[in-house]
Amino acid sequence: MNRGVGVVSMKKLLGAIIALVVFANVLSSGYVRAEELPRDETLYVGGGLWSQPNNFNPLTPWAAVTGTIGLLYETMFIYDPLNDKLEPWLAESGQWVSDNTYEVKLREGLKWQDGKPLTADDVKFTFDIAKENGGVGWAPIWDWLSEVKVVDDRTVQFVFSQPHYEEWTYWLYNVPIVPKHIWESIEDPISYANTENPVGSGMYKLYKTDEMRAIWIRNDDWWGTKVFGKPAPKYIVYVIVYSNNVALSMLVKGDLDWSNFFIPGVPDVKSTYNIVTWYDDKPYHLPANTAFLFLNTQKEPLNNPDFRRALAYAINPEEIAARAQQNQVLPADPTGLLPVPVFEKIKAKDLEEKYGWKYDPEKAIQILDSLGFKDVNGDGYREFPDGSPMKFEIIVPYGWTDWMEMIRIISEQLAAVGIRAEPKFPDYSKYWEDLTKGTFDMAINNFGSQVYATPWQWFNWVLYPDVTSVGEPSYSGNWGRYKNDRVTELLELINTEKDENKKLQYYRELQEIMLKEVPAIPIVYNGAWFEASPAHWTNWPTEKNPYAYPISWNNYWQMGGLKVLLGIKPVKSSTTSQTTTTSSSEGGGICGPAVLVGLAVVPLLLRKRKR
Amino acid sequence: MKRYLTRKILIYILTFFFAVTIDWAIPRFMPGDPVAVLLSRFATLPNVAEHLHSYFIQAFGLDKPLWEQYISFWNALLHGDLGISIYYYPKPVAEIIKSALPYDIALLVPSIVLSWIVGNWLGALAGKNRKMDSYLMPVFYFLTASPYFWFAIVLAYLLGVKLDLFPVSGAYSYGIIPSLSWAFIKDFLHHWTLPFLSLFLVQLGGWAIGMRNMIIYEIEADYAHYLEALGSSERLILKHAFRNAMLPQVTGLALQLGLIVAGALTTEVVFSYPGIGYVLMQGILNQDYFLIQGCFLMIILNVLVANFVIDLLYVVIDPRVKYSYTGGE
Repeated sequence: MNRGVGVVSMKKLLGAIIALVVFANVLSSGYVRAEELPRDETLYVGGGLWSQPNNFNPLTPWAAVTGTIGLLYETMFIYDPLNDKLEPWLAESGQWVSDNTYEVKLREGLKWQDGKPLTADDVKFTFDIAKENGGVGWAPIWDWLSEVKVVDDRTVQFVFSQPHYEEWTYWLYNVPIVPKHIWESIEDPISYANTENPVGSGMYKLYKTDEMRAIWIRNDDWWGTKVFGKPAPKYIVYVIVYSNNVALSMLVKGDLDWSNFFIPGVPDVKSTYNIVTWYDDKPYHLPANTAFLFLNTQKEPLNNPDFRRALAYAINPEEIAARAQQNQVLPADPTGLLPVPVFEKIKAKDLEEKYGWKYDPEKAIQILDSLGFKDVNGDGYREFPDGSPMKFEIIVPYGWTDWMEMIRIISEQLAAVGIRAEPKFPDYSKYWEDLTKGTFDMAINNFGSQVYATPWQWFNWVLYPDVTSVGEPSYSGNWGRYKNDRVTELLELINTEKDENKKLQYYRELQEIMLKEVPAIPIVYNGAWFEASPAHWTNWPTEKNPYAYPISWNNYWQMGGLKVLLGIKPVKSSTTSQTTTTSSSEGGGICGPAVLVGLAVVPLLLRKRKR
Repeated sequence: MKRYLTRKILIYILTFFFAVTIDWAIPRFMPGDPVAVLLSRFATLPNVAEHLHSYFIQAFGLDKPLWEQYISFWNALLHGDLGISIYYYPKPVAEIIKSALPYDIALLVPSIVLSWIVGNWLGALAGKNRKMDSYLMPVFYFLTASPYFWFAIVLAYLLGVKLDLFPVSGAYSYGIIPSLSWAFIKDFLHHWTLPFLSLFLVQLGGWAIGMRNMIIYEIEADYAHYLEALGSSERLILKHAFRNAMLPQVTGLALQLGLIVAGALTTEVVFSYPGIGYVLMQGILNQDYFLIQGCFLMIILNVLVANFVIDLLYVVIDPRVKYSYTGGE
C-alpha cells in the first residue's frame, strides 16, 4: 500500500462519511426549508409534554399532545379555579331548562379553521360519535345521557335519562367540540393520529412537530379575536425537556419562557435570575392537587381506623414540605381539601377542629400502645399484639425524586413512633401495578385529586366506591380500597342532587367520615408548578396580577392556560426580530465541526512528521 | 463456496427465529399492564378509566391467550407489520423506528468506521515504536475498560457541564427547524459530537490494543525475520505484518458488533439522543410490548446482517477460508 494513497483515501473516506451522515439525517427529517422562528414572537413552553408529539386526536384526550384540547379544539366552557367560575367559551350560555334537560346556546360567528361555520350540528356530532365508538374519552356519558337535540343552528339540548349534575359540569369544560364535516368521513376515529393539518376551532393551528417538540402557529382568523382579543405569541414551541436541571438552565438563559416543571432549587435562584413565580415567597406556587399517603385498608393492621389515625398523628407534613420540596408546597390539612375557592366553600372547619389531627408523636405512641402494638423483642420496632413482626413498605415510582424524599422522611417519622415502614422505589409500571391491584402497603399518589369545577369529583376519586377485591385491577382512585356504604350513597346523592344546600350537608358528612375513618392521609398540596422567564415575555399572571391559573398541562389549557396566552405581552416589539435562538450557543457552535476537523487532521499531521 | 453460504444462512435463520421469539416473550414476562400505564397519566373519572381500559385491552389484542398472540405476532411480522405503539399511540412502530434509525446510523457508522481505522493505525504505531507504546498503552487500556454509559457521563460532565462546550441532550436546538442550512448542520454536529466521541473513544482503545499486540507478534514471526535477513526495508516488513494483523481485527469487528450496538443504546439514553436506544428505553419504562419488540427486532436484524456481511468479506480478505471450503479446487 502506497502511503500517499493511504492518506488521500483516508481523507476522502472521512469527508464522504461525514457528508453522508449529515445529508442522510437532513433528508430523513423531511425538511428542506431553512427557517428559524423569530424569538420575539415565539413562546417556548414546557412541562406538559413527555413523549414525542404524534397524536392530536381530541377523541382520545389521554393520548393527545397537550394543547390539542384548548389550543386546537375548544370546549363549550372553560373553568377558572381562581374564582371558581365556569365561563362560557364556545357557548354563550348554558343552563338546566328542566330537571333532565341542559340547554347550550352557542356564540355567534363561530367558525372552524378551514372557514366553515361551527354549529349545533357539530356539538351533537361530538357526542354522538362517542355513542358509536367506545374508545372516545367521554363515551360513558351515554349511560345516563339519552339524546342530544339540535334546536337551531346555535342551540342544542342535552336530554338525560338520569342527570348526573356534578359529572356533567366536568364534561362541559372537558369535551372538545370536533368538526362534523371532517370526522364523519374518518373510518377509525379512535386510532386516527390527526397529524396532517388538523382542523379545529381554536386560537392556534398545528404548524410542525418532530421528536422533541410541537410547534403551533397563531390562527389569525380565530372567531374569538372579537370576544377575547388576540393571543400575543405568533408561535408556540412546546418542548420536551428531559430533566429538571436542563429546564432550569433553559429558564435562566431565557430559552424557556413558560415552565410547568417542578424544579428543585427555584427558591434559591429565583431572585438572581428574575424568575417569575405565582407567589414571591413560599409556597411560590398555587396548589394543584393533594398528595395522599394511601393506606391499604384491606390489610392488617391498616384496616383498623385507630391504627390509621395513629399514623396520621406520627406524620409531620410541614417537615415533608420543607425538606422534600423546599417549601414549594403547602402541608395539607386533615381533610386534604385544597385551599382554592371551590373547596373552601364546602370545607367544614368545625368538623376538622373536632375530628382532625395534627403532628403529635406522643399521641401516636399512646394510641399504638393502647391498641396493643408494642415492641416485645426490643429491636426498636413494634410488633403485632400476638408478637409477630410488623413491617410495611411505602412505594413511589423510581426517579420521582421529590416523592422519593417524601417517603424517606415519612419512613423516619414512622420509625420515631416504632413503626417499621421501608421506602421502596419500583419502576413506574410496577408501582402502577401494585397500586391498581391493591398489593401495596402504603403509597403516595395524587393522580385524580386535583382542582375540579366540582368537589364531588375529588371525593369520587379519593373514595371511589366501586372497590374491587385485592388482585383484581381497579383503575383510578381509592387505592387503599376503603369501603363504606354510606360513602357510596353520599357520592350518588351529590351527583344527582340539584339543591346546593343539601349538597353542602352531604359534603359535610363525607368530610366527617374521612376525618373519623382516615381512609388516606393527606400529606401536601402539590403545586401548580409555574416558573416564567421575563426575558422575552412579560405580564405573567402572579399573585398580584391573578388573571389566570398558569398551567399548560393536558386538560389545563381550559382552566387558565388559554387566558395566559391572551394576557402575556412581548418585551420587544416584534419588528426587530434578528435575534435567533441559536445565537446563545454561537460560541460553542463551532466546536462540533472543529472536533471533526481535528480528528481528521491529527493523524495526518502525525504521519507527516514520521517521514 | 455454496456449502459455506448455505450453512451460514441456515445458522442465521435459526438465530433469527430464536432471538425474535425471546424478543416477543421477554416484555410479556415483565410485571404490569401497558394499557393501564398508558391511561394512568390521564386524570379523569374512575369509571371512564375502567371503560377505556377494557376497550384498549381488546383493541391491542391483549385479551387473547398467549399462544394466539404469539401466532398473530409472527403472522403480522412476516407481513411486515410491527404493530402500533402503546406509548406513542397511535403511531405505528415501524414509523417510530424509521424516524429514529437515521440518528443511530449517524452515531454508529462513523464511530465504528473511524475508531476501527484510527484504532488500528494508532495500534500499529504503538506496536513498532516502544517509546510511543509506553505512553499510549495506558490510555488504550483506560478507554477500552470504560463502560460506554460511564464514559458518556464523564464526557457529558467534563465537556458539557464543566466546560460548557457541548450540549448534553437532544439532537439539535429547540429553536431551529431542520434544514440544509449551515446553521442547522452546525447545530446538529454540535449536538452529535459528545455521543459520537464517547462511542468513538471507547471502541478506539480496544482496536488499538488488538492491533498493537498483533503487530508485535507478526514482527517477531519467521517470515519477518526472513525478510529482514534478505535486507528488505522496514516498510516492507511492516506492510506484510500489518496485512496479517488485520485479519483478527475483522473477526473482532463481527464479535464486537453486538457490544457496540448495546453501547450506542446506553449512550443515547445518557444524551437523550433520539435514536432507537432512547426509544427503546421509553418503551421499556412504559411497558410498550410492541415498541420493545420492534426495537429489539431492528437490533437483531442489524447485528445479524452486519455479521453476515463480515462473514462474506472474510472470504474475500482471507484466502484460507475460501480454500478450506472449496478444497483448493
